[in-house]
Amino acid sequence: MSQTQSAAQRATQSTDVTIENLSLSFGTTEVLKGIDLTIGRGEFFTFLGPSGSGKSTLLRAIAGFGPRPSGRILIGGEEVTRLPPWKRNLGMVFQSYALWPHMTVRRNVAFGLEERKQPKEEIRRRVEAALELVGLLDLAERRPSQLSGGQQQRVALARTIVVEPRVLLLDEPLSNLDANLRVQMRREILDLQRKLSLTTIFVTHDQEEANTTSDRIAVLNDGVLQQVGSPVELYDRPANLFVAGFLGTANVLEGRVEAQDGRPLFRTADGIEVPLTEGPDGPCSIVFRPQNLVIVAEGGEPAGGAGAVKLSGVVRHREFLGSIIRYAVEVAGNVILVDDSHQRGQVTLDAGEPADLFFNPDEVVALAG
Amino acid sequence: MTSFSRRQWAPGAVGLLLAAFLVVFLVVPVVKVIFVAFQDPNTGAVTLINFVDFFNTSLFRDSFVNSLYVAGTSVVVASVIALPLAYFTTRFNFGGAVLIQTLGIIPLIMPPFVGAVAMQLLLGPNGSVNLLLDEWLGINIPFMEGLNGVVLVESVHYFPFILINLSAALNNIDQAMEESAQNLGSSGLRLFRRIVFPLAMPGYVAGASLVFLKVFDDLGTPLLLNINTMLAPQAYLRISSIGISDPMGYVISVILVAFSLFSLWVSLLTLRGKDYATVQKGGGGLRKRDLRPWEKASCYAVVVLILLLVLSPHIGLMLLSFGTVWSYSVLPDAYTVDHYLRVFGTASQYITNTLLYAGLAGLADVILGTAIAYIVWRTGLAGRKWLDYVGMGAVAIPGVVLGIGYLRTFYDFQVPVIDKPLASWWVIIVVALAVRRLPYALRACVAALQQVSEMLEEAAENLGATKARTVWRITVPLMSGGILAGFVTSFATASVELSATIMLVSAESDAPLAYGIYEFMQSASGRGPGAALGIIAVVIVGIGTYVSHRVIERGRRERAPDVALAAGV
Repeated sequence: MSQTQSAAQRATQSTDVTIENLSLSFGTTEVLKGIDLTIGRGEFFTFLGPSGSGKSTLLRAIAGFGPRPSGRILIGGEEVTRLPPWKRNLGMVFQSYALWPHMTVRRNVAFGLEERKQPKEEIRRRVEAALELVGLLDLAERRPSQLSGGQQQRVALARTIVVEPRVLLLDEPLSNLDANLRVQMRREILDLQRKLSLTTIFVTHDQEEANTTSDRIAVLNDGVLQQVGSPVELYDRPANLFVAGFLGTANVLEGRVEAQDGRPLFRTADGIEVPLTEGPDGPCSIVFRPQNLVIVAEGGEPAGGAGAVKLSGVVRHREFLGSIIRYAVEVAGNVILVDDSHQRGQVTLDAGEPADLFFNPDEVVALAG
Repeated sequence: MTSFSRRQWAPGAVGLLLAAFLVVFLVVPVVKVIFVAFQDPNTGAVTLINFVDFFNTSLFRDSFVNSLYVAGTSVVVASVIALPLAYFTTRFNFGGAVLIQTLGIIPLIMPPFVGAVAMQLLLGPNGSVNLLLDEWLGINIPFMEGLNGVVLVESVHYFPFILINLSAALNNIDQAMEESAQNLGSSGLRLFRRIVFPLAMPGYVAGASLVFLKVFDDLGTPLLLNINTMLAPQAYLRISSIGISDPMGYVISVILVAFSLFSLWVSLLTLRGKDYATVQKGGGGLRKRDLRPWEKASCYAVVVLILLLVLSPHIGLMLLSFGTVWSYSVLPDAYTVDHYLRVFGTASQYITNTLLYAGLAGLADVILGTAIAYIVWRTGLAGRKWLDYVGMGAVAIPGVVLGIGYLRTFYDFQVPVIDKPLASWWVIIVVALAVRRLPYALRACVAALQQVSEMLEEAAENLGATKARTVWRITVPLMSGGILAGFVTSFATASVELSATIMLVSAESDAPLAYGIYEFMQSASGRGPGAALGIIAVVIVGIGTYVSHRVIERGRRERAPDVALAAGV
């Protein structure tokens, strides 16, 4: 089988990426500030951040587009920082797919091989294999404008992988698709990536997309690398408030940690106290997730087990989100979000009713500063 | 050129070539003309004496006043023609909208000077219309008397500039603009004065200043109507009768350029910061209302009347080209194809020359235009914007001025092999045409390039294509519609250019159509063949206009459903 063979070839071609102290400016605006990263061979790696965080700029710098950065980019140990894009052999899928409207699907896919001066017969065979891989062989003679968004996406993928790039670069490839198709396409991209074991860098602002696909995620904000880790690590152990807030919903309380009876105790200015298992001394923020809290009517049965912390407050408003009910509860001047899983016929609390909140201090993450 | 890295040497070299071309064939000749105007003819010192002489000569003072009067009055008359048409199509559900759109194109496919003689025959003191009026009502209206004739011919020819710009401006006003004003309590004249008028004003001024510029610079129409007391004809006559050392031609050139720059500046000023992108999603245009029957009838009456006026040069020219003798009668005495036979038999070099010159000029324009567009929008070359500015600057240089500049600059330059001065070699006519039409082709190429998302080029580079390969395989093919439209526009307008050509034609055998028409029209017996040549010119330009229209439309349709381009950032 030629297909499995070439997939195996690609796997050996696939390689690691190292970024050393990379900085980049548009004019006087610094958009990347001293990025250091290593991406392993065959890894599905994601750059996650809000718009303007520099994630797309970083991807484009790897591909060789945009202003020349300072620092170094190494692909499989070879420095490419000064190479023009056409000498890097990195496959990029653009946000808008960038299919050439004056060429058929087949000619779009063949382009890279033609530029590599491959023999005609070889080109034909590999183009058909690539189109088969993405399930578009019967649409080979169509123009891009005659394809649906999902089909265009597949052509863009085929056009990129057919040249057997060292790394696959995906620049928000799902953002132009509607919600259902997006879930399906991200599954397909991941399957393809696993099949080819192709080192892949994926850029997105969507945390769900990042969490569901990535081996590891690098969170960027304001041109600065915030944290690198697996999706669960980032969610459970955010390195700072930005990461905590960007991945999922977080309750944040600011205060100080002082030792009491030899154990750290977190205290806000408003008098909320939370005992911690570990924590830095001095000014500190604690982060905990809405689903870690249990809400009961005032004076109700305590919940959350033996060491649970209790906070008392008043319900400010209630949102029904389908699977959960999200309460905003005011506790000593702080608004705390609480998720209560929804069951049919459940008794709910209304705005203005007093409520008790319970949570396990083990679920709390303390961040210095 | 601070960052002259290895990746930029190729565009750098092309940029230098382009700059050299523009400097030699546009900047130097114009600067030379201006310099001579300020130079004492005897001592060579810098002086204002030529301008003093100019304004001390009553002929030149009259010419100056006449040119201003004709240009100004033409703007007024053109506005009178254009305003009702623009108003009908944008305010009412008017079935004649297609008719009006056609009206906006028909005059432009005929150079004004071609129609001038025909209009003389139809509307002159002894023309068809006045003969009929005299017979029925005993009156004679001096449509074509002296400067009136120039004003009428120019207005009929150039009113589409106002019509097109004003209609576009009115169509760009969102209905929501009007409705929110009504919602806030404004209506009727107040609404028009405070909302509609200010929003449409930039479009009108842009069109009007273009008309002023074109009329002020026009040489062919006054020459053919035998009106010599205007600036452009004076410049031509001084240079052609007294010689290229007479300073008056240069003084007039400076005045022509100054007024061209002034009217361009006015239109830029009104458009600056007023690029009202008022159309929100869901389509634009003011609210249209249906017409009552009598209103519809009067609308049609106005449109048909204007249509007749606009078509009069075409009708007249057609009659003239097929007529035997046409003098002191409503219609020609009899009809014949002799004029066409004579033209094809003895004057066919005019046609082949025109196809050659205009074809080469159009080709040169799209090559220059594509190269300049690419360098300006896709490279980081220092000073690249200047290529665009200078290339567009040709718009402000009247043909007469360019012609005089070429004569002055290239007369002493002997072309090696053929041993002739460059100024009298036919190639210089092609260069002049290319330079004069470059702005149109350049805008078409820039627009085409801007349609091409840079991502399409990056995708090619990412897949291994070098910059040059990307330009060849992606950029140029995607620009092809715009490039073709630019070529056709340059070709069509260059094929009827007269003002620079007339200065540069040195031998009958090198002359193009426009010059041939001018030559024929000089004598009464040449009018028939001249008109036949004119009809041939109209057919060439008409076909060109139609083709470019189709090309642009097709490009628009192909692009419309294209997600990849539309979604591009």
